[in-house]
Amino acid sequence: MNRHRISFTTAALGAGLAFLYAPLLVVMVNSFNASRLVTVWTGFSPRWYGELFADRQILDAALNSLIVAVCSASLAVVVGTTAGYVFARFGYFRGRAALSGALAAPLVLPDVIAGLSLLLMFVALEQTFTWLPGRGLLTIVLAHASFTTAYVAIIVQARLAGMDREAEESAADLGAKPFAVFRAITLPMIRPAVAAGWLLAFVLSLDDLVIASFVSGPQSTTLPMVVFSSVRLGVSPKINALATILIVVTLALLSVAAWMGRATLKQK
Amino acid sequence: MSALVRIEAVSKRFGAVTAVDDVSLDVRENEFLALLGASGCGKTTLLRMIAGLETPDSGKILIGDEDMTAAPPYARPVNMMFQSYALFPHMSVEENVAFGLKQDGLRGAELSARVREALAAVEMEGLGPRKPHQLSGGQRQRVALARCLAKRPRVLLLDEPLAALDKHLRERTQLELTALRARLGITFIVVTHDQSEAMAMADRVAVMEAGRILQVAGPREVYERPANQAVARFFGDINLWRMEGGRIPELGVAVPMAPAGSMAAVRPERISIARGNGALSGVVRDVVYLGTATTYFVQVSAGETVRVLAPGGVMFQRGEGVSLSWPPEALAVLPP
Repeated sequence: MNRHRISFTTAALGAGLAFLYAPLLVVMVNSFNASRLVTVWTGFSPRWYGELFADRQILDAALNSLIVAVCSASLAVVVGTTAGYVFARFGYFRGRAALSGALAAPLVLPDVIAGLSLLLMFVALEQTFTWLPGRGLLTIVLAHASFTTAYVAIIVQARLAGMDREAEESAADLGAKPFAVFRAITLPMIRPAVAAGWLLAFVLSLDDLVIASFVSGPQSTTLPMVVFSSVRLGVSPKINALATILIVVTLALLSVAAWMGRATLKQK
Repeated sequence: MSALVRIEAVSKRFGAVTAVDDVSLDVRENEFLALLGASGCGKTTLLRMIAGLETPDSGKILIGDEDMTAAPPYARPVNMMFQSYALFPHMSVEENVAFGLKQDGLRGAELSARVREALAAVEMEGLGPRKPHQLSGGQRQRVALARCLAKRPRVLLLDEPLAALDKHLRERTQLELTALRARLGITFIVVTHDQSEAMAMADRVAVMEAGRILQVAGPREVYERPANQAVARFFGDINLWRMEGGRIPELGVAVPMAPAGSMAAVRPERISIARGNGALSGVVRDVVYLGTATTYFVQVSAGETVRVLAPGGVMFQRGEGVSLSWPPEALAVLPP
């Protein structure tokens, strides 16, 4: 066998990875292009990163996105962990199937529909109760949490389903009331799953354009919305720089989430 | 004697399966009771109902004269050691043992004194800061035991406490459990599938099959005077014959006072084997050498072979004519 020959599997892997990551690579390379024209390479320069950090509009939007992602992920973790715990530990109860379906629905609902229905609800709330007037970051937080909760619930439920109940039963047997069991035994044991769920919810919120566009107010533009609207006026190399930063941050967070998931499996 | 745990006509179904079927049982103060049976006989379910981890579908469970049928596990004066030990993986040995005491509101010096005392009782002092995954199987078992003992329960429930240990450690732990019980004066209820384990440790053995208790008696009685054939078969090999009119037709042996249709049972080790002819004669068909003893299969009539266990090495060869006998008390009469 010729040891320099590339095997079929290696070639297939290369093609697959290229298909997935070549577009990202193009953006990342172009973010260091000195030229104003995105399609013409004139030389290496970090100047667009400098301009990016001088752009107040983009920085405000980035801050908005971070606030929304942190808040919605935290809300989703509280609701999603509770839901996952109920599904994994409460056995059969009336309406279990309906609740499970209702929780999973946002996973398959088109973003446009989800966004539109949320907008209509927020408008109705404003008109009826004058709640959430004008919409803003809070409405985006609620909207994001409404679909990221499902991801957290699924991750937590899967972890609990694979976990022996005996530690929890033993804690109850040793005198701990149900809430004490959850706080002292269950929660520490599912912590990696909860953290992975938070990171996933954070990334999903950071990436979302469609739902945020529907439910945002005038002062609450998020980063994807700025990127999308500026691209329509022609791609600025600044956006390439921004995209590069987002790609790096997202990949880093997903790697941490995956690593935590693996650490959990190993522990078992 | 007063009953510390009283189980009254308790049943539990899981879907179509009846795990525990109308079981009544009294466990006395300071007693070591073994629930013995093959896997799936309902013994663990019964134990979990005493702990409060399952709720009976019908019947009552009283602990110390108090109706605890519906009481949650944390409100019962019993503690259970799980087969998997169920140690808390994220807590050190000390924290594991302290957990139950903290639920009772113990803090500070009193708490650490009780933890030290419990770890000392199982000879695990000095391993307090370790995490469960840094311990051997035997050490984990001790921590689980200490965690229960620290609570000073009135009843200690043990689910297959020795199943996960190797043979050498099992024997040692068996002796230690017996010694511990004698020292602490706690009532023990142990679930096991191993009859020799039950016989070695328990004051009384409750033999279970298909969700029912077949017999509750001392180890010697269940072995020598089994209540029925199922119990007799559970405790090792036994010779069983159907009786007709006060005699065993296959052997030509008379058994006075036995009701018609009942079964006669004799343990193989109670039968004496000798050369030559006697009241019951036969021919050795098979010989199995076991080291400390030898099993002979002796054909006494056309269709009947008797199993005999004799101590020592091989004394009789295949084809040799022998006579068999046993003392009258070795023969147990069982219902059909």
